[in-house]
Parts: sequence; structure tokens; C-alpha cells
Amino acid sequence: MTRTTKEKIIKAVFFVIAATSVIILGMIVISLFREAVPIFRVASIKDFIFGNEWYPTYDPPSFGIWPLIVGSLIVTLCSTVIAVPIGVLSAIYISELANPFLKEILKPIIELLAGLPSVVLGFFGMVVLAPWLQETFDLPTGLNIVNASLMLSLMAIPTISSISEDALYAVPQEFKEASYALGATKYETIVRVIVPAALSGISTAVILGMARAIGETMVVLMVAGGAAAIPDSLFDSVRPMPASIAAEMGETPFGSNHYHALFGIAVVLFFLTLAFNLVADYIANKYKQTGSATL
Amino acid sequence: MVDKLNHDGSIIAVEHVNFFYGTFKALTDIHMLFKKNAVTALIGPSGCGKSTLLRLLNRMNDLIDGTRVEGRVYFEGLNMYDPNIDPVEIRKKIGMVFQKPNPFPKSIYNNIVYGPKLTGMNNKNDLNALVEKTLKQSVLWDEVKDILDQSALRLSGGQQQRLCIARALAMNPDVLLMDEPTSALDPISTAKIEELIDELKTDYTIIIVTHNMQQAARVSDETGFFYLGKLIEYNETKKIFTKPDLKQTEDYITGRFG
Ligand SMILES: Nc1ncnc2c1ncn2[C@@H]1O[C@H](COP(=O)(O)OP(=O)(O)OP(=O)(O)O)[C@@H](O)[C@H]1O
Ligand SMILES: [Mg+2]
Repeated sequence: MTRTTKEKIIKAVFFVIAATSVIILGMIVISLFREAVPIFRVASIKDFIFGNEWYPTYDPPSFGIWPLIVGSLIVTLCSTVIAVPIGVLSAIYISELANPFLKEILKPIIELLAGLPSVVLGFFGMVVLAPWLQETFDLPTGLNIVNASLMLSLMAIPTISSISEDALYAVPQEFKEASYALGATKYETIVRVIVPAALSGISTAVILGMARAIGETMVVLMVAGGAAAIPDSLFDSVRPMPASIAAEMGETPFGSNHYHALFGIAVVLFFLTLAFNLVADYIANKYKQTGSATL
Repeated sequence: MVDKLNHDGSIIAVEHVNFFYGTFKALTDIHMLFKKNAVTALIGPSGCGKSTLLRLLNRMNDLIDGTRVEGRVYFEGLNMYDPNIDPVEIRKKIGMVFQKPNPFPKSIYNNIVYGPKLTGMNNKNDLNALVEKTLKQSVLWDEVKDILDQSALRLSGGQQQRLCIARALAMNPDVLLMDEPTSALDPISTAKIEELIDELKTDYTIIIVTHNMQQAARVSDETGFFYLGKLIEYNETKKIFTKPDLKQTEDYITGRFG
């Protein structure tokens, strides 16, 4: 066998493997859409997305998922606000400031956090954080936006931290030396050279952390409280989209409008996560090619 | 109290310096005075410690874990390795150009104003003037004057190196350390940089590492020849290249070993 035929075969094998995953993904998406379409014969897309009432089992039912979308967005946003500073700063600390000994301790701890099953976090939120919140702030329930956001941020921190750390680590030593040689301090070098050079990676990390939070099911199912209404305060309960799907799918008759509506929610969720990933990709590419010239 | 000493006519004085990377002794008992407003060339075979010595002179070696300095290095009479001295202040006065061009992934303009901005220089007109002046000094102005906002990483290697020189000059240092600044350049850029070195010498003290014997002979006033971490011979360039004191120096210069 000549080398070129061998290379061709290897190439073909890889192509088939890559194509398989793409095809499977494509089939999942298609079935998602196929199952979702019937709901739009009952409710218009506008009513479905922006409708304020999610009463799928009433008679007549009402399929407005706006409260669920708001619930998802708000817990994602709040958890991002908590997770980004902690995740990014811990990445900077680990990659640039910590001595080797601390680094060896901190890195595994954060990785351990990433490996924590979400049901464990949900359980913690339920039996520890919820009663504490309820008592401290004198609330009707401790299962609310604050609780869910805190638990979700615990899930997003390791994602943000480890991807940011990779990005910081990849900043060439030469840039740092150039900065120090010009009389910059360590702090100035971090703020003006290292972080800007790693910014595309850090942005990607943030968005992937958000994607992680918005798609997370178990935690929000357990600690967000489950109220399908637009919240007035951060201590209100919400019902994020994944929680709705997970909670209701089991009791929904196959082929009913409610069943199709849950697929409709899944489609919305699919587009949201897709958007997050596209943005992450766009940022990563934009700065890669121009060498982040304007930063 | 910072320990002080007077060395007539010299801006940097290295006194009995040993340098270690961990347990490896990279420099042995270096004793050397660097004349003010002169060009000093450091020559010697690869691995003999030229870059190590150069980085010792602006405390860049501090950034490498596990390094250790013995002896004293005086800069304008002050021991720069005194615990009371801030290396950051030393590096502001002793600039460095690296062997491999290392512009920041920023625009050409921002590469040059990076250092001055750190020292609090913020006036737009002053910065513009500084950019123009330093780019002209490093003979890059004509090539980049219309693309100052473009990423420095899109310049050619030779252009990047001249940008790095401009960036170092923008700090208006007293001393400029150059580690094989022309090793990545074509003959024309090299000639330009050698010309530049000649001009700069009136205001700056330049210490240059080079593997190019002709270059050392052309640009420098003094030359130090190193071998295996030791300073073998240190003399006027003219003398080193015509009648060196030691046979070893002559053999290296004429290419018989090294
Ligand atoms: N970061 C480092 N850690 C350990 N040893 C080092 C380090 N940098 C250099 N050395 C060692 O110190 C010695 C001197 O290195 P140096 O870079 O100063 O040589 P040089 O004269 O500049 O060589 P060249 O002409 O190839 O650039 C070499 O033996 C090298 O292996
Ligand atoms: Mg070297």
C-alpha cells in the first residue's frame, strides 16, 4: 500500500467518524423541530414565546412560555454576574500570582467543583441554602432566584475559571518579558498585556459558562421554586425552561398539545444555547486573526 | 542605605558577579565596567552567558525562578541588587531589545506608547510626537506612518524588531541592552540598525550581544569576549580585532574555534 492511499484511507475514516456525529446531531435537531411544529398550529409563534400564561393543563389551556424564558434568563444573568468575577479573578490568580504550591491545591479544587454532579448542588441548595435564606430574609420560600443563581454560579465558575486559565496560560512569555522590560509592574503587566491578550479566550469562557447555566436542568428543577410567573423580586420563585421540560414531560400524554409545547420550549432553548455558542465562536475568531490589534 | 560607589566615566559596573540558574553556574566572577555613551559589544560562542549577563543588567533574570546573583552590579553608582532598589525603576532606565522581536498584540501606536503611558504620560500631542520621533529614530516611520492603528503582529520580522527598538527608545532610557537585535533581519535592515546604534550613542549607552564579528567591529567601541561563563578578554574593539592580548580571543574572532 502506498503512502498516499494509506493517507486517503485514514482521511476517509476520520471523515466518516466526524460525519456520524454531525448526522446524529442533525437528526436530533430534526426530531426536535418535528415534534415542536404541531404546537404552532394551536398557538402562534408570537403567543407561544411572548404569552404570559403557562397553563398547559387547564381547560382551555394556555401556552405562553414568556415567564419560563424570563426565569431562564434571569437565573443565567444573575449566576453570570456572580460567576464571572470569581471565575476570571481566580484564573488570573492561579495562572499569574499563586506560588506553585497554592496552584497545586487550587487547581484540583476548582476541577473538583466542575465534576460535582448537579443533583448534589441542587440537594445542597434545597436542604442548606433554602432554609437559611428563608429564615434570614423572612421569605415564604428559600427556593428562588437567588438560590438558583448561587447554585448555578457554582457550576459556571469552574467552566469560566479553567477556560480563562488556559487562555491566560497561552499568552506567550515574550509579551510578559517585553512589558517588564519597559518598567511595568506585575499588576500593570496583568491588566494591560496578559488579560487583553487572553481576552478572546476569557470571553469564550464567560459565554460557555453562561451556556452551561442556561441549559442546566437539575439545579433549577430543585431550587428555583417552580413558579411559572414573571418575578417581581430576586426572592421570587421562577420556573426556568429546562425545569419545566423535566418536570412536566413525565406526566404529559404522548402527542398532546402540552407534549408538543414542551418540544417547543426545547427548540427555544436550543436556539438560545446555539446563539451563545455562536457568539463565543465569533469572539474567539475575531481576535485570533487580527492579533487583538485594538486592545 | 543603598550601597554606593563611584566608577569614573562608567555607567554600569559589574563587580565579581557569579550567576546561577538553580545549581548551574552560568557566569563566573565577571568584572566589567561599561563606559557611558559608548557601544559595548559582547561576543562569544553560543551558551557562554552573553544573554544571561545582559539580562542581569536590568534585573530581567529576577523573573526566572530559582536564579541567584552573587557580587554587585552598580548602575550610576548604586548597587542595583540592593534590597532597597525596585527592579521596576531600574528597567525604566535600562531598556532592552530582545533577540526575537516581541511586539505586543496591540496596534503599532499602542506598542510605542505602552511604556510612556505607564509613567503617566497621557497628553495626546506629546504621545503622537513621541511615536513619530521614535519611529523615525528606528527608521520605520516611512513604512508605517499610515498604518499606525494596525496590529504590530502583521509587520514583517525586521519591521517588528525596529518597532521593538522604537518602543524601548520611547522610555528614553539611559542604557539600551540589545540581544542580537539584527539576527532576524536582512542586510538592509541590519545596516539601518547599525547606523541607528551609531547615532544613539551620543545620548545613550548601548550594550549589544552579537554573533556577527563584523558587526561588533563596525559598531562598538569596546568588546568583551566570553567563554564558558567567563570574561576572557575585555578591551577596546580596535585592539580586540587587530591585536588581542590573548590567543583564545584571536582564535575565536578569526573563526578558528567557537
Ligand atoms: N532559563 C534558564 N534556565 C537554566 N539555564 C539557563 C537558562 N537560560 C540560559 N541557561 C543556561 O545558561 C547558559 C548561558 O546561556 P545564555 O542564554 O546566556 O547564552 P548566550 O551566550 O546568550 O548564548 P546564545 O549566543 O546562544 O544566545 C547556557 O548554558 C544555558 O543553557
Ligand atoms: Mg543569547
